[in-house]
Amino acid sequence: MSEKINLTLKVWRQNRGEEGRFETYEAKGIDTAASFLEMLDVVNDELTLKGVEPIAFEHDCREGICGCCGSLVNGKTHGSHDRTTLCQLHMRHFKDGQELVIEPFRANAFPVLKDLIVDRSGLDEIITEGGYVAVKTGNAPEASTTPIKKELAEAAMDAAECIGCGACVAACPNGSAMLFTAAKVSQYALLPQGHPERTKRVKNMVSKMDELGFGNCSNEYECAVACPKGIDVVNIARLNREFIKANLGKS
Amino acid sequence: MLKLDAKIPDGPMAEKWTKHKFNVKLVNPANRRKYNIIVVGTGLAGASAAATLAEQGYNVDCFTYSDSPRRAHSIAAQGGINAAKNYPNDGDSIHRLFYDTVKGGDYRSREANVHRLAECSNLIIDHCVAQGIPFAREYGGYLDNRSFGGAQVSRTFYARGQTGQQLLIGAYGALQKEIKKGGVKMYTRCEVIDVVVIDGQARGIISRNLVTGELTRHVADAVVLATGGYGNVFFLSTNAMNCNATAAWRAYKKGAAFANPCYTQIHPTCIPVHGEYQSKLTLMSESLRNDGRIWVPKKKGDKRPPNEIPEEERDYYLERKYPSFGNLVPRDLASRNAKQVCDAGHGVGPTGQAVYLDFADAIERLGKDNIEAKYGNLFEMYNRITDEDPYTTPMMIFPAVHYTMGGLWVDYNLMTTLPGLYALGECNFSDHGANRLGASALMQGLADGYFVIPNTINDYLATSEIPKVGTDHAAFDESEKAAKEKLDKLLAINGKRTVDDFHKELGLLMWEKCGMARNEKGLKEALEKIPKIREEFWKDLNVPGSADDLNQALEKANRVADFMEFAELMVKDALERAESCGGHFREESQTEEGEAQRNDDEFCYVAAWEFQGLDKEPVLHKEELNFEVVKLSQRSYK
Repeated sequence: MSEKINLTLKVWRQNRGEEGRFETYEAKGIDTAASFLEMLDVVNDELTLKGVEPIAFEHDCREGICGCCGSLVNGKTHGSHDRTTLCQLHMRHFKDGQELVIEPFRANAFPVLKDLIVDRSGLDEIITEGGYVAVKTGNAPEASTTPIKKELAEAAMDAAECIGCGACVAACPNGSAMLFTAAKVSQYALLPQGHPERTKRVKNMVSKMDELGFGNCSNEYECAVACPKGIDVVNIARLNREFIKANLGKS
Repeated sequence: MLKLDAKIPDGPMAEKWTKHKFNVKLVNPANRRKYNIIVVGTGLAGASAAATLAEQGYNVDCFTYSDSPRRAHSIAAQGGINAAKNYPNDGDSIHRLFYDTVKGGDYRSREANVHRLAECSNLIIDHCVAQGIPFAREYGGYLDNRSFGGAQVSRTFYARGQTGQQLLIGAYGALQKEIKKGGVKMYTRCEVIDVVVIDGQARGIISRNLVTGELTRHVADAVVLATGGYGNVFFLSTNAMNCNATAAWRAYKKGAAFANPCYTQIHPTCIPVHGEYQSKLTLMSESLRNDGRIWVPKKKGDKRPPNEIPEEERDYYLERKYPSFGNLVPRDLASRNAKQVCDAGHGVGPTGQAVYLDFADAIERLGKDNIEAKYGNLFEMYNRITDEDPYTTPMMIFPAVHYTMGGLWVDYNLMTTLPGLYALGECNFSDHGANRLGASALMQGLADGYFVIPNTINDYLATSEIPKVGTDHAAFDESEKAAKEKLDKLLAINGKRTVDDFHKELGLLMWEKCGMARNEKGLKEALEKIPKIREEFWKDLNVPGSADDLNQALEKANRVADFMEFAELMVKDALERAESCGGHFREESQTEEGEAQRNDDEFCYVAAWEFQGLDKEPVLHKEELNFEVVKLSQRSYK
């Protein structure tokens, strides 16, 4: 059964183009069956009625699949390292009287737009460089002419489960987007459909990642711990292999 | 006065689409770059349309209110996508998929559109496989299929429980490919808040930059809306938090007819409401009904834990009432029956608004490992949200608003009654009639975007006089001014209630009076109450912050303001349709056994509503539905 708890929140408030600061709010009578974002809804309604602008935070599906939500809660991306997104984290995991420090994802390539909302458009820009198979509508052969080993299809799906939330970047001490990029490179390295473009893909995506100010990978593996979908670091090894092969001029 | 012309091509059903593709006028490849097309929304329909139109050489401007096109709510679809491939060799065909869809929609959809949908279904699978979407495969390397409700064949392709995600990422990839080439200009964090009409043609949009608050004008030769459904009018639904009806509603107010707004789908297996703070509802895949048994205590208000209620004191009401289909009756029946037992006082859980979905028998018969292999991820999700273990305690479920079959009226070309304005995917009304079958939403979104619109929009562009206009045209001034005034007005109310507070009040009223079961008295009550809530909204709303900033409360208020108006049309439509069909159950129209009773003599039509002004009654236009191929019959699942 659920119960009610009280929490103290130290929340990062920041307006566009200004310096940010922490503000302290009390979250009172929070039902432990509520989700973390529902707790913020309750606090925001109270702030609104007090004439304070509500805390801006990104969210949409609240089912853990759209990849919109994500903040640091007491230093942890998505508030937990238990393969969950912030929207699927429930208040029963917190204690009455606890203090929570809530901040936006911190990374060089993720500038803060407002409060807890950051600009993650760099991730889209990496995909734009080749995170797809360039097939035009109408080109496709009959689907069953391309049998794919079940194990390969499953491994590709493991990589494809990435929701693009950016927790890997925020958790990395270097702010690297290596796991994100590697997941996409892996998916198409594993599947035959991705092979015609594999050389160009890995080179362009990695070079875009560097250009946008994402850091380098130094094998800390914090990304994999933070990933709410459990994307494995084996994908990074696969990216490195693809990258070396591409630069040796092989495909 | 508006005139509905569905423009259904002549000829035998199976040849209409092929013939039509030949008969439409084309735009020369060299001339296509001279045309500008605006696509609003980047879900399956929007992203696939934007990418494909750009591939053909058109200039596309694409808009999403999210930070990335990949966030659209298509991403949350779990189960799969239907296609008539007949890989399992179990008797499937384009004709059977067409037939099942028309029947599943309770004979309230347009046959020609549904047939085209079935024809496109196989092309979608081919294309998605070529895109590298990791569909589930068998050990031989070939594509796997599973079964879904409303069909006796296995025709559902899937990628674990994340089919929508994978298909959307595929369409998003196609979109990124065209962005890279310069064919699509992408506007993220931009919400479309008006459609601009010049000389009777849709010629552009007004968009609000959600970071800076700036209103911008965009001109085009045609506008494509792929903005999803209106399920969030109920506040609580399985839709994402930001899903809204604003673009569609404002198009309606500019002259596009709105069809069948009363058709909503209530999904039977969702996690029940647990408190006032609840922000949304979570769906549990329909596949659970394959092995779970649904029951409630026979005794009213029985508060004992489920495991202490002996077998003979349980009512497995679906198995009792529908012995041949049992727990696998269609969505609308499963939902209505859950409501009936709860209304009668047999509901369980803290609120009494839930029924049990029990896997104890299946676990005993098949073993826990087997059940885990089949439903492990769903059980985990349930446990994460409710903190209960469905392996040892029955799940509690309750129906929730999930999908809306109604939408902007479109002809065979997917053009609305406003020339140059198109509606795709859930945003239009055309293919699912009064009830959508599982795994058909993904199919329709992608069919519309990849295969239909690229073959029909050229006809309009090639045959219409579309004069050159700029964003300095007076119509843009007016639209922008009206949009700005509305936002300023919302900010100036300075009342005592939050947007969510009003949205919840409206949603609850809609759920009670225009939800799973509707009757004349309740609908009339709702018609009286909605204008009062709306009036109160404009008097006592509190939206902090400014219009020149990232202001989520203002975004929400602007959307809820439209729901306040839309709700009224929905109730009017439900009142006017004094029959039961699919998801629309009018209590006055039921068989002796309490099943939905259609009235084909009086209601075999599409109800298309035309806006006349806010204080005036909308005009109802009827598109008669003619069934050339499928015979109308009463559905029975006994």
